[in-house]
Amino acid sequence: MSAAAAPPRSQPQADGYGTATMTFREALRLALREELARDPRVFVMGEEVGVFDGAYKVTQGLLEEFGGDRVRDTPISEEGFVGAGVGAAMLGERPVVEIMTLNFVLVAMDQIINHAAKIGAMFGGEVRCPLVIRTPNGAGNQLTAQHSQSFEGWFAGTPGLKVVAPSCPADAKGLLKAAIRDDDPVLVIENLTIYKEHGEVPLDPEFLTPIGLAEVARPGSDVTLVAHGYATVRALHVAERLEQTHGVSAEVVDLRSLRPLDVETVAASVAKTSRAVCIEEGWPSYGVSAELAARIQRVCFDDLDAPVERVGMAEVPLPYAKQLETAAMPGEDRIEAAVLATLGVGA
Amino acid sequence: MAIATVTLQGLYEQMLLIRAFETEAERQYKAARIGGYCHISSGQEAATVGATHALDADDLLVTGYRCHGFALARGVSPEAVMAELFGRVDGCAHGRGGSMHLLDVGVGYYGGWGIVAGQLPIATGLALALVRQGRPQAVLCELGDGAINMGAWHESLNLAAVWRLPVVFLVMNNEYGMGTSVERASAVTELYRRAAAYDLPAERVDGDDLLAVAQATATLLEGAREERQAAVLELVTYRYRGHSVADAGLAYRTRGEIDEHLRRDPIFRVRALLAAEGVPDAELDRMLALAQERVAASVDRALASPAPAVDTLARGMYAPGSAAQFARMIPGSPYGERELVFAGGLGE
Repeated sequence: MSAAAAPPRSQPQADGYGTATMTFREALRLALREELARDPRVFVMGEEVGVFDGAYKVTQGLLEEFGGDRVRDTPISEEGFVGAGVGAAMLGERPVVEIMTLNFVLVAMDQIINHAAKIGAMFGGEVRCPLVIRTPNGAGNQLTAQHSQSFEGWFAGTPGLKVVAPSCPADAKGLLKAAIRDDDPVLVIENLTIYKEHGEVPLDPEFLTPIGLAEVARPGSDVTLVAHGYATVRALHVAERLEQTHGVSAEVVDLRSLRPLDVETVAASVAKTSRAVCIEEGWPSYGVSAELAARIQRVCFDDLDAPVERVGMAEVPLPYAKQLETAAMPGEDRIEAAVLATLGVGA
Repeated sequence: MAIATVTLQGLYEQMLLIRAFETEAERQYKAARIGGYCHISSGQEAATVGATHALDADDLLVTGYRCHGFALARGVSPEAVMAELFGRVDGCAHGRGGSMHLLDVGVGYYGGWGIVAGQLPIATGLALALVRQGRPQAVLCELGDGAINMGAWHESLNLAAVWRLPVVFLVMNNEYGMGTSVERASAVTELYRRAAAYDLPAERVDGDDLLAVAQATATLLEGAREERQAAVLELVTYRYRGHSVADAGLAYRTRGEIDEHLRRDPIFRVRALLAAEGVPDAELDRMLALAQERVAASVDRALASPAPAVDTLARGMYAPGSAAQFARMIPGSPYGERELVFAGGLGE
C-alpha cells in the first residue's frame, strides 16, 4: 500500500493540499465523498444513510451528490444488507455498509463472523471480500443497556477480519479510506461522542493512514497509556492533567488498528516507560486491554516496574440513571487514579 | 421446454455422474478418506441438473452445503470436487473448504455455504452487484426446505423485491430439514406460498421431473434477467440418504417411504424418456459405465494430489499485501503462532 505517513497531530502538511480543521464526522464524510468520486465500485448502504442524511449525519449530502445507487437506503435488515454487502464485494464491488450503532451489529454477526471473515481462507484464496462496515460504539448518553456497548474486541479476535478504530479526524479520514481500498473485510469502529471532536485533516485525496500502524499520540517518559478510539481522547486529557497536577510525563499510544495490532509500537513505549495502563471503552475481561496486557508481559517482562493495569467499562449492563452510568464509564478520574496507582503515587 | 435428444442425453449423463459420485463419496467417507460433514444428494439429481441446466454461461450460482451435485452440474470437474473432499491441494478450494465449501468462480459458482440460509443475503448481494455493473445475468440461489424458517430468508426476499434484484431462490424441498419434516417445521407446507408475502412470483414443481424443473427454472431466470424480477421456485424432491453420512436416515422416516421414492427414481424416469426416443439400451448402459469410470478416475487423481503443506496454513486468509500490515503484530504472539501463521506467508 502506498500510504502517506500520518502527520503529527495538529501540524499541517506541506504537500500542496494543506489541511483543514473539521470534526471527526466531517472527516469521515470527506473520506466517503473522495472514495465515491474516485472509484465507481464504491457504494454506501445502510439504514437512513440517504434521504435522512445519516442517523448521525456522517453521510449528509451524499445522496444528493451521488444518487440513490451509490448511496442506498436499506430497510431495517442488518443481516440482509450486511450479507448483501458480502455478496456484492465477492463480485468486485466496494460496499461501505453503515450499521447505525455497534449494538445492532449483533443481528448481523453470522454474516460478519461466519461468512465475510471466512471467505478468503475457506475458499482457498479463490475469491476475496473487500467489504467495509462502519459503526459507532460508545456510551454516555443515557442510552442504557442495549445501546451503549463497545465490544469491538470480539471482532478483533476473529481471524479473517481487520478492525480499525480512529481517535482523531485525520485518522478517521485516513483509516476509512485505507479500509475502502483494502481487499479484505474491514470493520471501522467509530464512537458516538467522538463525532463532534475537531482536528486538522489533510486534504490530500491520497492521504491514507496505514492499517496495522499505531501512533505515539503524545510522547512521555514515565508511563504508557494505550488506547483506541474515544478512550485515546480520554487518555490524552488525563496525560495533560497529570503533567500539570503531578509533573507526570505520560506517553499515549493510539492503537488505531486492533487487528492487525501494532505490538511493536506499544512494546517500544513500555520498554521506555516500564509501566503500562490499557484503556478501553468496552468491558476489559477478554477484551482489547486483556490482549494488550498478555502481549506486554510477554514482550516487556524484564522492562516492567509495575503490573500492567486496565481501565474499561464497569462490567455491568449499563444502567439508565445518569450517576450510575457515569460511575460505570472509564472516565478521566478513574483513568487518572489507575495511572497514579501504577506509578505508586498517591492521588 | 423442448429439449433435443442429444441435450437430454447430456443431462442424463450428468445425473448418472452425480449419483455415481455421491455413492463413491459415501464409500470413501466410510473408508475415512473424507472427513467432517458430508451431505449426499442422491435422489435429487433431476432437480439439481434441471435447474443448473437453465443457467446461462455467465449466470451465477450459490448453494447451501449439499453441493457436490451442483458443483458437478455447473462444470466443476469430478477430480476437483473429489480432491476437495479428500482435503488435497488440487481441490477446487485447495483443501481449505471440504464438502460444504466447494466453489469455482471461473464457472460462476460462488460457493457452497455451510450455515443454513447464510447464502441467501450473499446471493442477494451478488444480484445487486450484477445490477450495479449493468450485467444482464441472474443469480440462482439454492437452499433447503429448512432454510425458509430463518430470518435471512425473509430479509433476502424482501430486499430482492424492494430493490428488484435478478435472483431466483431455488427451494430444494426434500421433505426433511435434517430429521424434522416440513410439516413439523413450517406453518405453510407448500413452501412457494411464502413468496406471496413479498409479492414475488413463485412456482412449485415436481423436482424429480427433469424437464419440468428445467422449464420452470428457465422461465423464472428469464424474468430475473430481463425484468429484474426476483422469484421463488420450490422443487419437491427427496434424498435417499440421511442428512449427512453420519445419519442413517431412518429415525424420522420409514424404510418403506424411502423404497416408495426409489421406485420413482428420477434417473429411471429420464432413462425411460431416452429409451422412448429410441436410444438403445446398450448405449444407456454404456453411459452409466462411463460415469462410474469417471468417478473412479477422480478418486485416483485425488489420491495422487498432495495434502496442503503445513507452512501454507494461513494462505488465502488475507489479501496480498497484508503481511506487511500484520508484521508489527508478531511480538508477543501466542506460542507457535509465529511459525504457523506468520512464517507461512500470511496474505501472500
